[in-house]
Amino acid sequence: MDELMLDGNAAAALLRDVFGAEMTTAIGTCDGCGSVDAVGAVHVFRGAGTVLRCAHCDAMLMTIVTSETRMWVDLRGLRTLELDA
Amino acid sequence: MARAAVLGRLNWRAADVVGVVPETARVKTIQFDVPDWPGHLPGQHVDVRLTAEDGYQAQRSYSIASAPDGTRVELTVERLDDGEVSPYLTDELRTGDQIELRGPVGGYFVWEPERGGPLLLVAGGSGVVPLMAMLRRRAAAGSDVPAVLLFSSRAWDDVIYRDELERLNANGLLVVHTLTRAQPDGWTGYARRVDREMLAEVAPEDAQVFVCGPTPFVEAVASALVELGHEPARIKTERFGATGGRDG
Repeated sequence: MDELMLDGNAAAALLRDVFGAEMTTAIGTCDGCGSVDAVGAVHVFRGAGTVLRCAHCDAMLMTIVTSETRMWVDLRGLRTLELDA
Repeated sequence: MARAAVLGRLNWRAADVVGVVPETARVKTIQFDVPDWPGHLPGQHVDVRLTAEDGYQAQRSYSIASAPDGTRVELTVERLDDGEVSPYLTDELRTGDQIELRGPVGGYFVWEPERGGPLLLVAGGSGVVPLMAMLRRRAAAGSDVPAVLLFSSRAWDDVIYRDELERLNANGLLVVHTLTRAQPDGWTGYARRVDREMLAEVAPEDAQVFVCGPTPFVEAVASALVELGHEPARIKTERFGATGGRDG
């Protein structure tokens, strides 16, 4: 267990900045193992950026790095995202 | 809610301190009035931003402790000795001061009376805060949804919201304390960390579960619940990380 691990809830404000919507209730599919989970239930690690990992296979789902003026988002580990219209 | 209020960046709002209430030696509740507060759901959190005179800013996330109540928002903050933000919030803020908040955020770790139950809430230390918002909402709504709060604290004097929990402990709510480090004379309750046996004794069947606390606490509780046959999809967790508080 990594004691620094947080839940997707902890990234709610950051994700809201990126997507402009409440994302912790969005449903994501892991491109690594195909698991389907609410974003609020995935694992979150914070360092120089914020990394979201699959709670089942630990694959990287999303990486977000922010500066004062820009945000970089890597979504390659997420096959799909489903959210309220 | 209007779509315009849902989409878009979260704006920082000025929040006026209208009261500071000590809860334990290390924990205080700070009461804010936030003009134009859009309302919140029990379990949601806010970002708090402090700006120093030289322009340096520090930002942290705190769970909302209060049930939805107009423009009133309460945060309960544990003082972390090496923290950057919490000592300021607990030691320096006075009625009449102003800080910045943005939120509410998070729609996942949320419960409202309409979602029914039975509810199992498991708290480690200040992890009780978002769960208290749920219990306050439950009480304010006159809900009789069966609920159990299993609350792990170090000692009796460290129990946050102790008196209020005693008052709420009725109408289908059962509050169970465990004291892990020290117990008062004559204590007959649990006196160990939350474990599988304890959860088996208190957990309602087929409960919606919310677990909040330090990461190792949440990890142990969630694993034990899954071993007991609780459906993982019905167990929602909120971890603090290693510090046992919201990183400062």
